[in-house]
Amino acid sequence: MSIIKAKNVIFEYIRRDEEGNVEGINTAVNNVSLDVKQGEFVAILGHNGSGKSTLAKHLNAILYPTEGTVWVDGKDTSDDSHLWDIRQNAGMVFQNPDNQIIGQVVEEDVGFGPENMGVPTREIWERVEESLKAVGMYKYRKHSPNRLSGGQKQRVSIAGVLAMHPKCIVLDEPTAMLDPGGRKEVIRAIRALNDVEGMTVILITHYMEEIIHADRVFVMDDGKVAMEGTPKEIFSRVEELKALRLDVPCVTLLAYELQKRGIPLPAGILTGEEFVEALQTVYKG
Amino acid sequence: MAIILDHVNYIYDEGTPFSRYALKDICLQIPDGQFIGVIGHTGSGKSTLMQHLNGLIKATEGSIYFNGEDIYDSDFDKKKLRSKVGLVFQYPEHQLFEVDVFSDVCFGPRNLGLDKKEVELRAFDALRKVGLPQDLYYQSPFELSGGQKRRVAIAGVLAMKPDVLILDEPTAGLDPKGRVEILEQIKNLQTESGMTIILVSHSMEDVAEYVDRILVMNEGSIIYDDVPGEIFKHYRELEEMGLSAPQVTYVMHALRESGIPVSGDVTTLEEAVEEITRVIGSSH
Amino acid sequence: MLRDITIGQYYQTESVIHRLDPRVKLGGTLLYIISLFCFKNIGGYFLAALFLAIVIRLSKVPFKFMVKGMRAILFLLLITVAFNLFLTPGEPLITLWKLHITKEGLWLAFTMAVRLSLLIVGSSVMTLTTTPNHLTDGMEKMLQPLRIFKVPVHEVAMMMSIALRFIPILLEETDKIMKAQIARGADFESGNLIKKAKALVPLLVPLFISAFRRANDLAMAMEARCYRGGEGRTKMKPLIYHKRDYVAYICLGLYMVVSIVVGRL
Repeated sequence: MSIIKAKNVIFEYIRRDEEGNVEGINTAVNNVSLDVKQGEFVAILGHNGSGKSTLAKHLNAILYPTEGTVWVDGKDTSDDSHLWDIRQNAGMVFQNPDNQIIGQVVEEDVGFGPENMGVPTREIWERVEESLKAVGMYKYRKHSPNRLSGGQKQRVSIAGVLAMHPKCIVLDEPTAMLDPGGRKEVIRAIRALNDVEGMTVILITHYMEEIIHADRVFVMDDGKVAMEGTPKEIFSRVEELKALRLDVPCVTLLAYELQKRGIPLPAGILTGEEFVEALQTVYKG
Repeated sequence: MAIILDHVNYIYDEGTPFSRYALKDICLQIPDGQFIGVIGHTGSGKSTLMQHLNGLIKATEGSIYFNGEDIYDSDFDKKKLRSKVGLVFQYPEHQLFEVDVFSDVCFGPRNLGLDKKEVELRAFDALRKVGLPQDLYYQSPFELSGGQKRRVAIAGVLAMKPDVLILDEPTAGLDPKGRVEILEQIKNLQTESGMTIILVSHSMEDVAEYVDRILVMNEGSIIYDDVPGEIFKHYRELEEMGLSAPQVTYVMHALRESGIPVSGDVTTLEEAVEEITRVIGSSH
Repeated sequence: MLRDITIGQYYQTESVIHRLDPRVKLGGTLLYIISLFCFKNIGGYFLAALFLAIVIRLSKVPFKFMVKGMRAILFLLLITVAFNLFLTPGEPLITLWKLHITKEGLWLAFTMAVRLSLLIVGSSVMTLTTTPNHLTDGMEKMLQPLRIFKVPVHEVAMMMSIALRFIPILLEETDKIMKAQIARGADFESGNLIKKAKALVPLLVPLFISAFRRANDLAMAMEARCYRGGEGRTKMKPLIYHKRDYVAYICLGLYMVVSIVVGRL
């Protein structure tokens, strides 16, 4: 069953000069279609300004398409009467960890969504507990968010979305402002949600290492979907990725360079283990 | 010898029950013209150390010498030190404030009390060095893209003509292409202008690729101070500190363990390609 | 570290006073302050001091924390005392040059000093034993009746708690921008007033921009989490009166009765 479906979505915004006259029209998203099935882990990749964040904001009715349609759980996002259903079903985590935490205590922040939805008090507590446990932040429930690390704050944000019991989570560059340690812990939490809880995940990022485990990858450029496929398929097209201002995981690049020098390695190697195994075959053979 | 730190200690909240060492017995020499990388996880003291180098924070104990002068001497000119040791903070675009790019870059040199012509010359020179397209010079800095804003901010410090340029995470939040462009430009500053560069970074790949020397910081102390190849031999210890060596290093070690006799002190992709081709080529 | 600043100087410990419903504490403080201004004799002040001493004892907050609040208003206190001492007309006791200290002035200065001290210590008991969060909740609940006059009570309370959350973040940001501009040769200290005010531009512009950006992000994040005002909202931590709160109300009632009896005599 598809949770999120976008058909020929176009998003234009009007640029104005200082006097408010129209200077031009920018097309941030240009004829994008995608279909995300329940339980899938989909990654959307692209450099800054490729339109990926604008697209993300369509997935929970923060922005509406100029043309085309987005459906969340079968409901058209441009229909106002479904607004709150859509926002609850497609939870959203943003880039800056400081600017999306509302509560002054971790548990209160996680309870914010359910409070807004009118969930009864007792159930809020249950939801807060299970959500914080799901991201491994339960023991910090009484802490002030100001004293957490960036990675911990992002996990709290994810818990805050989980507590709303969404059907899918859209993460808009959740790791862009984190250090490598924080990045790893957030990605680990996201993967666990997808693997263990079967949560549908849409991850928007420009870090290649983060999408290795995705089921499907969309690469965006200039508002359009430039490439689509499994991580393996995508990463075997090294030159194209470079042209799109993206880089390739180090191991993939290493294998690619060695291939160019005539060492017979398979295309689209993603992990260190795969690489060592493949090279051993070459070495022994 | 440009900068020397002699047994520098810095204690946070001294005299309160929360006091703790942010820097512990730092001894360091920074010669002219070097490209130095500083790595350490968040809270390891890197940023605190950098702010000591241009006198923004005063050490609790110990001395710092800049070109042989003690910067804590009462008659030492702090303002001059700040112009000679330029510091670019993390997300420096957050400090932009002027109506156009050019005036913003002029802010630093103007504060030095230079005449108008010199200020403008320096601003042009700095903007050229960071490679910002000329048609953007008179635009509002707030209308630029993230990468362009970052360049303007770096130019704002460059315009003071520092001898030493310290950059705290200059690539944070940029996409891969933007990252490489900024790092290349920084490298050029060192090779062309002979500037001393200190690059604070989380990215091992960046550091390994560009620097001559790496300082590894943990809990306020400098744990390692060596060339990249030597540093990443300690990849297991780095891991314990919450850091990691470049991915290439891991792959090379994994290859060695699996019985392929490649060298262990490879830190960049090019080196790895050469080394593997050499070994595989000779086995065939 | 700026992030460690606690706004409203909450003192973390376990005590009966800490556990009381914020509405009881707000109401009690209000009643206490009113009583201070109604006393007509010294007995009343003794009663108030005694009541306060008991509450402080129960709150387990060290007395020196209470006095800390006093230090800030010491100057104000001295001025009030001086004004009352010298400017109250009446029967002169001592004459210093052109200033007369009158009997009435002496009494007024004394009562003013006592009143102010008791008031400051009394209200700091409330802020020391109640988290800012709890206080906002209490206020929101107590001001509910104002909604019939179209006062946006929930929105105001929400704004207050968001402000409380962002004050430490913005303080830290201010510190960072200031350092960044100093590194570019900015000088925030020297010069006359006009020069100093001008020097603030490179600090304030980025700070405002950052605050607006944060506000924008936050609004989007709140909407994404289904925030749509106070309508139909439930509470994770609803304010519910417990037995101790009723006991506290009875104590307050007793205090009121006694102070009317004692203070009026």
